[in-house]
Amino acid sequence: MMYDIIIIGAGPAGMTAAIYARRAQKSVLVLEAQSYGGQIINTPEIENYPAAANISGFDFASNVYNQAKALGAEFKFENVLELRDTGASKEAVTKRGEYSARAVIIATGSANRKLGLEGEDRLTGRGISYCAACDGAFYRKKTVAVVGGGNTALEDALYLADVAEKVYLIHRRDSFRGDEATVERLKSRENVELVLNSRVTALNADKRLQSVEVKANDGSVRELKVDGLFAAVGRVPENQSFSNLIELDGAGYADSDESCRTKTAGVFVAGDNRRKEVRQLVTATADGAVAATAAIRYLNEG
Amino acid sequence: MAVIKVTEQNFKSEVLESSVPVLADFNANWCGPCRMLAPIVEEVSEERRDVKFVSINIDEEDILAEDYGISSIPCLVLFKGGEEVDRMVGLRPKDDLLDFLG
Repeated sequence: MMYDIIIIGAGPAGMTAAIYARRAQKSVLVLEAQSYGGQIINTPEIENYPAAANISGFDFASNVYNQAKALGAEFKFENVLELRDTGASKEAVTKRGEYSARAVIIATGSANRKLGLEGEDRLTGRGISYCAACDGAFYRKKTVAVVGGGNTALEDALYLADVAEKVYLIHRRDSFRGDEATVERLKSRENVELVLNSRVTALNADKRLQSVEVKANDGSVRELKVDGLFAAVGRVPENQSFSNLIELDGAGYADSDESCRTKTAGVFVAGDNRRKEVRQLVTATADGAVAATAAIRYLNEG
Repeated sequence: MAVIKVTEQNFKSEVLESSVPVLADFNANWCGPCRMLAPIVEEVSEERRDVKFVSINIDEEDILAEDYGISSIPCLVLFKGGEEVDRMVGLRPKDDLLDFLG
């Protein structure tokens, strides 16, 4: 069957697009590689979304999912490996089959950037984490390190300073990209040690992480004994599979106009994988509405 | 087959002394990915009758979580003959869980 719109990704952007498309009577298939909700399910408390003073990311995601389902959006949990454009129709290819639609909205979001160190995958959950808010509580009275220099790294370090005995903040430069106020707060914490101009070069472990090897720009090497290492080195947009149809910038984000249109007619982008200034829950849902509206117009005019 | 809630009291009998492999899902109520994973584990338990599926709340069972060095949740630990043989961390799709069980 030919759908009107296939939406790739069931995060806040994709599911909001589904709501708008269904309310315009378009048939919708949402394809999701994992489970609905996207990144927001990692957030225990959302406090900056209008009209919801305090809601968990899980509840938020479930509400949007139920809303989209009730409006008649179809969901399939399959990873899209490839997207093909034959002009009038687009085909999304998964391990299980091919799905066709006249328009596609790519709302795949982003993934945690890894450190790229040997043993990293094996040690994830055995000392290595990408989410201080999720896993920080396991390091009560222990020694941890945070890697990174942006706001996420600074906020993770500050949060962990309340929980852990000692926090190293390892950053490859001598200044931070994050907020000055947060940097000052960190510097005032007695149990935080800044390890600047340095990068992690090796992970030492038996069953779990024991220590990290840190190499400074001047060539000196230190070994830091840590129970946990929190990587906060940014995120990677999930656009790689679609680079045949959309223009990507140097960091991998998808170029689009204000209406979320890409260089390919009938292909739209929405959410964190799109090039833009602000990546927040509210801008993800806004993108979903804008992209769906543009897709609806494309279908009605086509 | 349903997922059995396991505590420190019945951990030995349900997990360590189990005659079949056991998949233990360490989780917490405040953990969104854990809540998302729970129905997937439930679904897999329907398909894999040869495995016992148990759920362990790490806030209530902090000693078990400590004993098994849980430092990230959701964490799925596979036990065979009372020994841990493998573990998998984070929210994963159903196919990954089926692969993990072998």
